[in-house]
Amino acid sequence: MKLKTLALAAALVAASTAHAQGLPKLKVGLMLPATGTYAALGTAIENGFRLYVNEQGGKLGGREIEFVKVDDESDPAKATDNVNKLIKRDNVDVLVGTVHSGVAMAMAKVAKDTGTLLLVPNAGADAVTGPMCAQNIFRSSFSNWQPGYAMGEVMAKKGHKNVVTITWKYAAGDESVRGFKEAFEKAGGKVVKELSLPFPNVEFQALLTEIAASKPDAVYTFFAGGGAVKFVKDYAAAGLKKSIPLYGAGFLTDGTLEAQGADADGLLTTLHYADALGNPKDNAFRLAYAKAFKLQPDVYAVQGYDAAQMLGIGLAAVKGDVSKKAELAAAIEKAKIDSPRGAFSVSKSHNPVQDIYLRQVSGKENKLVNVASKALADPGRGCKL
Amino acid sequence: MDLATFLIQCLNSLQYGLLLFLVASGLTLIFGIMGVINLAHGSFYMIGAYMAFALAPAVAATFGGGFFAVLVVGTVLAVLLGYLLEWAFFSFLYEREHLQQVLMTYGLILVFEELRSLAVGDDVHGVQPPDILAGTLPLGDVMTYPVYRLFVSGVCLLLALGMWFVFTRTRLGMMIRAGSTNREMVQSLGIDIKFLYRVVFAAGVAIAVLAGMVAAPVSSVYPGMGNTVLIICFVVVVIGGIGSIRGALLAALLIGVVDTFGKVFVPQAAGVLVYVLMALILLWKPDGLFKAA
Repeated sequence: MKLKTLALAAALVAASTAHAQGLPKLKVGLMLPATGTYAALGTAIENGFRLYVNEQGGKLGGREIEFVKVDDESDPAKATDNVNKLIKRDNVDVLVGTVHSGVAMAMAKVAKDTGTLLLVPNAGADAVTGPMCAQNIFRSSFSNWQPGYAMGEVMAKKGHKNVVTITWKYAAGDESVRGFKEAFEKAGGKVVKELSLPFPNVEFQALLTEIAASKPDAVYTFFAGGGAVKFVKDYAAAGLKKSIPLYGAGFLTDGTLEAQGADADGLLTTLHYADALGNPKDNAFRLAYAKAFKLQPDVYAVQGYDAAQMLGIGLAAVKGDVSKKAELAAAIEKAKIDSPRGAFSVSKSHNPVQDIYLRQVSGKENKLVNVASKALADPGRGCKL
Repeated sequence: MDLATFLIQCLNSLQYGLLLFLVASGLTLIFGIMGVINLAHGSFYMIGAYMAFALAPAVAATFGGGFFAVLVVGTVLAVLLGYLLEWAFFSFLYEREHLQQVLMTYGLILVFEELRSLAVGDDVHGVQPPDILAGTLPLGDVMTYPVYRLFVSGVCLLLALGMWFVFTRTRLGMMIRAGSTNREMVQSLGIDIKFLYRVVFAAGVAIAVLAGMVAAPVSSVYPGMGNTVLIICFVVVVIGGIGSIRGALLAALLIGVVDTFGKVFVPQAAGVLVYVLMALILLWKPDGLFKAA
């Protein structure tokens, strides 16, 4: 009996102190790559996310934010375990992640099953806001389909008729090329050959010879990271840059320009962000980011920042109570997110409806040329929301 | 495919095959001849590529000279690294099971990747080929061929020839081959087998690092690059026959042909063709093409 009253008293004391401090901290599970090929991207996303949280005084929706971090190693095989650790062991309220599409798919699956709010700050797999879509899954970045589709329109407008595509044979490459082909063939062009090589093979010489032999009007490509550097350099070294113009999804020249050097000069790519956009929000963001981290921000930092903004909007609407899932989701769906890339809203399947920019490489920057596709929405095929 | 394209593709196969041999030759030495399963081989290659990138400014400042000076300095550093690693780690592995070798060399991969990340960062970098090799040769009506790729092939042929000569025509080579067959016997004949192995290991590391440096302008420099070459290197050594330099060269050329034409004719299966080739060859000759006597 005595024990019981003691416990009761303790519980009361605990409850009253919690009340005095307001709501308990909101646990945000950051599942991002801290090692491996995508480590730099993971850092940029986290920086962007923290920048917004700090701008809000460390609080979103009235709740202090506490981060729990897991290195996902960009390894899909470990993804389910890692997500479960965050949800079951660390009891996170919100999941943020990740870069690698395969890992993001595993996260989406768990998020869908458990109902935990998931914000995807990069991975472009169409399925995340397609067949896998759910009320509690949002993306702050792009779908692979989007830059491809926009480039299809651009290249058709430039008068190219016969185009060869080349990419890695994996989901992101396939989806990007599919988006491109959809727009390009709708506008009357023709994809004469679809070349691919296994991921992450970077021996392009055989396929470059194929391109030279089929003499298309232009080439559309999706490569990223080390592969993008090597492809651009090999394309130039093979003498093709002069005779067959090369176009690509923006990742071809993002974060890689230092390494590509003059071989990338003049390349046209499409993406939802560009250097020197010049809008006031972007200027302020770039200044604040550079001040806080002594680094220039990139598209990944923007996506991290916007993921935090989306969370902030959702939380504000429910006063920090994440259990009100429907209201939280409705608030993000209605919102206009004031992103450095330009304000955007989310589609019915929770992917950004955003302007896709045409950029041209000049020096070490992806300079804005114009808006390739205004307020482009991913069709969200297979999504039943 | 017309004749001109076919010939260019043959050149591509040859070139890729030679590049593969260059990358795998260090492994031939360490795994093929010394019998140590060295998963860290890819890391040595990666270290080489990063040296070509990171050492260039320092070398230019202290010694002057460009790319070739970096090659020399890098190779010297690699010999030291190899010597040190053998003394500290690998010398304990010869008598042990393969599993323990795998565990330790896998650990080394993680250590080297992390050190790389701390020292140079995780960005992708490009390395410029030296000016005299930066040009291109016209090939067909649209294509050109970079001179540097021909230089890489040349380096590779020289290396293959040099290794073959040392192993089959010199006293040192004879001792090494004898040591790989029967350590105790060689030791009892008064040869310092420990020192000998230390030298061979250092040479293996140096060759891998050199391969990384030479390949850097072609392949560019990025995190995880070592792991992508590791598996194909083992395939080369296994197809060629463990311990055979001749075999490794032939295997690399074969893989070059299969990979190049595979990508062109059966792109859907390009990723597995090399392994199908390996399976077929092992069915036909379970010890690989050439088994060292």
